[in-house]
Amino acid sequence: MTRSEQLRYIIAGGIVTLAVTYGAAWLSTNPSWQSLEPDMALVRISFSHGGDRSASCRDLTEEERATLPRNMQRKQICDRSYPPVTVELDIDGETVLARELPPSGFSGTGPSRIYERIVVPAGAHDFTARLRDKPSTEGFDYEGQAQAVLAPGQSYVIEFKPEQGGFVFQ
Amino acid sequence: MMAMQRILNRGFDRVERLLDTAFGPAWNPLAHLGSLGWLLFWVIAVSGLYLFIFFDTGVHAAYDSVEWLSNDHWYHAGVARSLHRYASDLMVLAMLIHIVREWAFDRLRGRRWFSWVTGVPILWFVYISGITGYWLVWDTLAQYVAIVSTELLDALPFFGEPIARNFLTPETLNSRFFTLMVFLHIAIPLLLLLMMWIHIQRITDGETKPPRGLGYLTMVALVVVSLVIPAASQGPANLDAVPQSVGIDWLILSLYPVIESVPPGAIWTGSLLITIFLTGLPWMPPRREEPAAVVTLDHCNGCARCVTDCPYAAITLVARTDGAAFSHEVEVNPARCVACGICMGSCPSSTPFRRSEELLTGIDLPGRPLSQLREEVIEASKALSGDGRVLTLSCEHGSAHTPEAGRVVLPCVAMAPPSLIDYIISRGLADGVAIAGCSGRDCFNRYGRDWTEQRFARERDPYLRERVPRDRLLVLWHGMSEGTKTAREIEAFSTALAAMPKYDKVRPVSEVRASAKGAPGEDDG
Repeated sequence: MTRSEQLRYIIAGGIVTLAVTYGAAWLSTNPSWQSLEPDMALVRISFSHGGDRSASCRDLTEEERATLPRNMQRKQICDRSYPPVTVELDIDGETVLARELPPSGFSGTGPSRIYERIVVPAGAHDFTARLRDKPSTEGFDYEGQAQAVLAPGQSYVIEFKPEQGGFVFQ
Repeated sequence: MMAMQRILNRGFDRVERLLDTAFGPAWNPLAHLGSLGWLLFWVIAVSGLYLFIFFDTGVHAAYDSVEWLSNDHWYHAGVARSLHRYASDLMVLAMLIHIVREWAFDRLRGRRWFSWVTGVPILWFVYISGITGYWLVWDTLAQYVAIVSTELLDALPFFGEPIARNFLTPETLNSRFFTLMVFLHIAIPLLLLLMMWIHIQRITDGETKPPRGLGYLTMVALVVVSLVIPAASQGPANLDAVPQSVGIDWLILSLYPVIESVPPGAIWTGSLLITIFLTGLPWMPPRREEPAAVVTLDHCNGCARCVTDCPYAAITLVARTDGAAFSHEVEVNPARCVACGICMGSCPSSTPFRRSEELLTGIDLPGRPLSQLREEVIEASKALSGDGRVLTLSCEHGSAHTPEAGRVVLPCVAMAPPSLIDYIISRGLADGVAIAGCSGRDCFNRYGRDWTEQRFARERDPYLRERVPRDRLLVLWHGMSEGTKTAREIEAFSTALAAMPKYDKVRPVSEVRASAKGAPGEDDG
């Protein structure tokens, strides 16, 4: 490579390299992607909750207790697996989610879990969430209602926290 | 698929010829994509380590520290951040073109499968490294990446608690998550480095440094662009809101809009199928492989020239096993040998002048031994007539890849030992020899061009004898799409040869064989 060739390659190659690098840098932020339409908001319902296992519990007989080591002689024995949990969500009177959530884990020994996203138009909405975690009951064991005015792009979260009395809307 | 490969091959050849005019063949970036990838990796690694000094892991601290280093310390840490990002983008670009180009040039099938297959995990490691990097900034884009990524991961049945629950509200996210992400952002690039090292294990002297000029141009361009459009954050993440419009990195995060639009199951199935497809490409269809080179110990003194010249690390030097008075012999690993024949061309025993009953050499291709090559050359010469007869030895991956009268097509022109040129001219098989190799910027068999030129220039054993008139030798390095140019140059060479006086030291094959008593032996030249 002669000196003049080298100079030519530095200039021409430099321009091409600069253009490609600039193009790559530009593509690192452009064009922007519209993940959610400007006039929409996002509702997410998510919780992790185990169904009530108490219905499966029964008293151990004296004979059964006698076969157990002293430190394991409990009065009752319950299934290790959880029953399924049923959840429903209405938005503005329309049911947008109705699902029976099986327990997690290979043997069903983990809680039922859900994470669902629902895109809604921004504005005022009525939310009603219902949950049944006792297989023995009819209807629902928990129900929560809320009204909210959602701004465009707002994230509205519905969780279930039995220690706080049921559904939490935020 | 093969038709598409051929179209792309010619397409690349044309684009590369254009780039040759800008960069010169030696600095052509398309011929050094792999080594450019290495350079960019080190730029990313060094700039990343520097950024780590200033980066703070924490829900709020992460964004604040990135803002601080980008704004208050833009002249060093800010530039490092831009270098980190833009080098990553260029690395993805280089990697994607590298994949398509290697496929187009069919450098993946047969015994070259290893480099291709080990490249597939590199693809994913590069993407995952980029994704975890964007996550760490914890701006709006990071929030978008975090939510889409975790929702996709939650579709897999491996995780107990949905990971996306971490990003429900500001209260659900804790700083420990960022510590995990930093760990991943360091661990995955380390795995990437390991795979990159494995990727080049089955080639000799894998190029991990681009030509100096190209390296400088790339570095200067990165610094200039980093100063002109410094990498910036897109506003702090806010889990009370959802990122609506995000400035996405289309080189690293281009799959994200697809992930949002398609069910997660389809994404995972698609990714799995793409991975399987890419991994299986070297066998679509399988290459009909020529048998690997074989060593004839009677003609091998363990000089190791073939060991040095083999581009695929397929030949090793081992202790002598036949009791001959040499310390070493060479051994061919058939699993690595692509039968390019470069070893045959490098062997000092590979001379068509040899007088032995059967023409044998130290290392030979069973599918196309030196003895056959000599006969092919003699046969091809019979098609030549008149003044200015040119016998062409061409590469099957170059511009003269199709068989023609007066042409012998080889897997690589470096397969032809320099003594074969001497043989053709001194036996009067042609008035001149044209070596039509593949593209000058990037030899199909990696070192075919370098070794050929160095042998002809008497810089590398075996040398082309001084007695061979250099004006009767034409060496061309043209790609697939330059057939017309090659034909034109050979025609001009033929005209020049015709104008020359006849070569006066010719000793025809018939004469030599008649005097040798017991043809097909030859003299020793």
